[in-house]
Amino acid sequence: MTSGSFSSLATCSALLAGWGVIGALGLLRPGSVALARRVLFPLGALVGVAVATVAFFGVTGGTEQLVLPIGLPDLPVHLRGDALSGVFLFLLGAASAGISLFGAGYFRAGEGAAPGLLCLQYHLFLASMGFVLLADDAYSFMVCWETMALSSYFLVTTQHRIPEIRSAGFLYLLIAHLGAIAILLCFGVMQGGSWQFTFDAMRAAHLSPAWAAIAFAMALFGFGAKAGLVPMHVWLPEAHPAAPSPVSALMSGVMLKTALYGLLRVSFDLLGDPAWWWGLLPIAFGLFTAIYGVVFAAAQVDMKRLLAYSSIENIGIIFTGVGLAIVFLGVGMTVLASLALVAVLYHAVNHAFMKSLLFLGTGSVLHATGQRNLGRLGGLIHRMPWVAWLTLVGVLAIAGLPPLNGFVSEWLLLQAFLSAHEIPQPFVNMLLPLGAALVALAAALAAYVMVKFFGVVFLGQPRETSLANAHDAGWFERLGLLWLALGCVALGLMPTQVIMWLGRVPQQLGMITEMPAASSWWHLVPVAGRQAAYAPLVFLLAIVVTVGVTLLLVNTVYHRRTRRAVPWDCGFARLDARMQDTAEGFGQPIRHIFQPFFDMKRELPTPFDQQPRYRVEIGDRIWRIAYLPLARGVQRVAEALAWLQQGRIATYLLYSFVTLLVLLGFVL
Amino acid sequence: MLNWLTQILEVLAALLAAPLFIGWVNQCRAWLQNKSAPSALLPYRNLRKLFHKEAVLANNASPFFRLAPYVVFGAMVCAAAIIPTLGTRLPFSNAADAIALVGLFATARVFMSLAAFDVGTAFGTLGARREMLVGFLAEPALLMVIFLASLISTSTALPTISEGLATRALGLYPSLAFTGVAFALVLLAENARIPVDNPATHLELTMIHEAMLLEYSARHLALMEWSAALKLFNYACIGFALFLPWGVATGDAPRPLALLAAIPILAFKLFAAGGLLALVETVSAKLRIFRAPEFLATAFLFAVLGLLVHLLLGA
Repeated sequence: MTSGSFSSLATCSALLAGWGVIGALGLLRPGSVALARRVLFPLGALVGVAVATVAFFGVTGGTEQLVLPIGLPDLPVHLRGDALSGVFLFLLGAASAGISLFGAGYFRAGEGAAPGLLCLQYHLFLASMGFVLLADDAYSFMVCWETMALSSYFLVTTQHRIPEIRSAGFLYLLIAHLGAIAILLCFGVMQGGSWQFTFDAMRAAHLSPAWAAIAFAMALFGFGAKAGLVPMHVWLPEAHPAAPSPVSALMSGVMLKTALYGLLRVSFDLLGDPAWWWGLLPIAFGLFTAIYGVVFAAAQVDMKRLLAYSSIENIGIIFTGVGLAIVFLGVGMTVLASLALVAVLYHAVNHAFMKSLLFLGTGSVLHATGQRNLGRLGGLIHRMPWVAWLTLVGVLAIAGLPPLNGFVSEWLLLQAFLSAHEIPQPFVNMLLPLGAALVALAAALAAYVMVKFFGVVFLGQPRETSLANAHDAGWFERLGLLWLALGCVALGLMPTQVIMWLGRVPQQLGMITEMPAASSWWHLVPVAGRQAAYAPLVFLLAIVVTVGVTLLLVNTVYHRRTRRAVPWDCGFARLDARMQDTAEGFGQPIRHIFQPFFDMKRELPTPFDQQPRYRVEIGDRIWRIAYLPLARGVQRVAEALAWLQQGRIATYLLYSFVTLLVLLGFVL
Repeated sequence: MLNWLTQILEVLAALLAAPLFIGWVNQCRAWLQNKSAPSALLPYRNLRKLFHKEAVLANNASPFFRLAPYVVFGAMVCAAAIIPTLGTRLPFSNAADAIALVGLFATARVFMSLAAFDVGTAFGTLGARREMLVGFLAEPALLMVIFLASLISTSTALPTISEGLATRALGLYPSLAFTGVAFALVLLAENARIPVDNPATHLELTMIHEAMLLEYSARHLALMEWSAALKLFNYACIGFALFLPWGVATGDAPRPLALLAAIPILAFKLFAAGGLLALVETVSAKLRIFRAPEFLATAFLFAVLGLLVHLLLGA
């Protein structure tokens, strides 16, 4: 990679800076929708494609380092590009290309902040995410991390005149900063007494096992808070729906992955060799998060909240994989560790594509109908065929159905789980295979959720008369959706190449010398022919051929006569849209089975009610168990400390004096 | 060459035998219930009749509604191509292992449920909801069964599993006994049989599978019915592959005789399994829909128990 004049790290940094420039250009005419939509967002999409391309080839190269003399004196910015950051940069570039393209058609005037300002925040968000992935010292990492948090905060609160959105933004900012403090402390532990905050120094530092474990726990908490790991997930279902859809897509698809990147960087690179038992923590939290997220997703009636909870589920699956990789690495089973790590990376890339696609789909629906409530949608496949069919790709992918991409990564993770019984630790080798059962349950529930999402929004009869006026998405929006849908298909059909490419990451981390996959380019074998194979291209071909032959045979051997009539519905003649299953109804079995998860308030009508009302409110139990007592406690402490604020300047001067005295006492 | 022949023969056998298997189960059930039994060939006549009819579509049916029967049918045919019913050297089984097989079933289920949503009738959506409910409970249980089998034979490819199980020393394996029970429960639930669903009724309180097909007619309905028959056939054959793996042509060397012998053996297994299924359906009563999760949780627990027994005892 270092050969020649072409440096992918420098190119990548320049491109990321380019995003910043595009954002700044938005300020030239902040009120102009045309400038942002027609020029800046498409430009941003182009930069995204370029970043993805550079990162794609950068992954196969070596590591590169760069020191930029900007910022504070004696604190230059260290940048480093390697396979791990390359994979995430590719994810950022490729997903954001589709999202920006969509944004070119989506953002319009009169929706909160001025378009130029939005453009600045949006591209600053992109650039800061990129630099988080490249940062090679704690200072620049934290600066970019905070820039990312702040710019996304402003994006979430675009429509800041709505009180709910303001409070969602506050919650997001609060938890983002709790996480940031933990990350800061984690870096503080990892410098190991050298007081050097470059990542190189941290790699070289030798920590005692106890301190290393503390650093890992800090990282898990800090990055887990950003990723939406239960119980730090509460901000996610509030903030994602509040943001404009392209921003939701970026946050869910890309930003959550920067947290994953941070955790991987700390545990596999900076801390060096993790102890096997660390991995049990992410596995336990991950599995719980996966089930918790998907169960709540099934109970939602707001389509963006539903997707936000589904993101929590996917983060759970990803963290489970991270834990599994740590356990395998800790006991020295490096091949399986790299298999689990590749599954994690694969799922991260997949999720970026499919979740962005779904969030953008909801954006189109929102603009076409003005509705986010599933109870007021329906039948949109007739009015919005483009959005519906492209969203269907994302729906099938995230439901984990072959031959699309969601299936491949879950398949890899299950294969890794299947080998967990070989771990030479008693109990763990028996309990871990059971984790596969929970992953399978989460995947099956995800299919349930996605059937609900697609069925209620796009199929059936329109639940409101106004839906008859819904229009399909514009060309920019269609292109954005198409880009992401094609990504889902390509990632699903070419797993071998993707795995070989992702295999550079464990190789560069020194886990293995070569990725033991791939007997041939269309044929995927995870571990050295011992297990099984999966060839999605052949698989797809077989299905397509069968369907095609059936279609041909049925239509040639028999007649093709078709007649349209009113729906039969067992002979019931006065069918109307209100008789279809609602989102609440479709979630009812889940509410019934997983009752202990929910805080449920129900009002049922009595037979004598003149105006019967049925009302059900679903709350997050963790909110009540963990957060409300915490908030009350903080409030109480703050009230107790309030007497310090006497409001007299003499008292405050006394405080300063006492503080000075105490500090002097320390020094002397 | 013989491998390809086996593959084609298997798919053809599945396509042709599946309706007969359903007919045989129905016939047995009628006998057991003291009714005058329909011919076992009735499903063929039914399919023929349906293919000849004019298709009636609801006014607001979308293209998805018309596409779904073909996808469901295609998925079931592909599933039949993966399962070793006659021989274990199947060229197509390299393309998809047992996990992908579960994925295929899930694909069919999702398409069917979405199609049930499409017209927007009360029954269709109700059926879709219940089908997904049964599906998300049954799928993990089925995966656990497959996991145990693949732990024993260190492969997730169904033919390899089957071969590995067939060549083991004969004996009673407690882990397999547990998962066998789990698999039987999953089979009943996934194929809309009593006690989870009743294939013989159109009463809205009891139906799951039939509710989803109410808006289908003619060729679309024929494909859906045929797919349902194929699904039952496939599940029965998965059961044979895991728990009765004997009599299937194995080994690399092509042995036409073994292949020929496999056909009557399969027929006999199906004959016995059909009778057994009819017996189970006759002696058990339909469960309330919210007892179904308990039923499937039992299946799941049995599968997990089997896995634990295997990991603890290695048996």
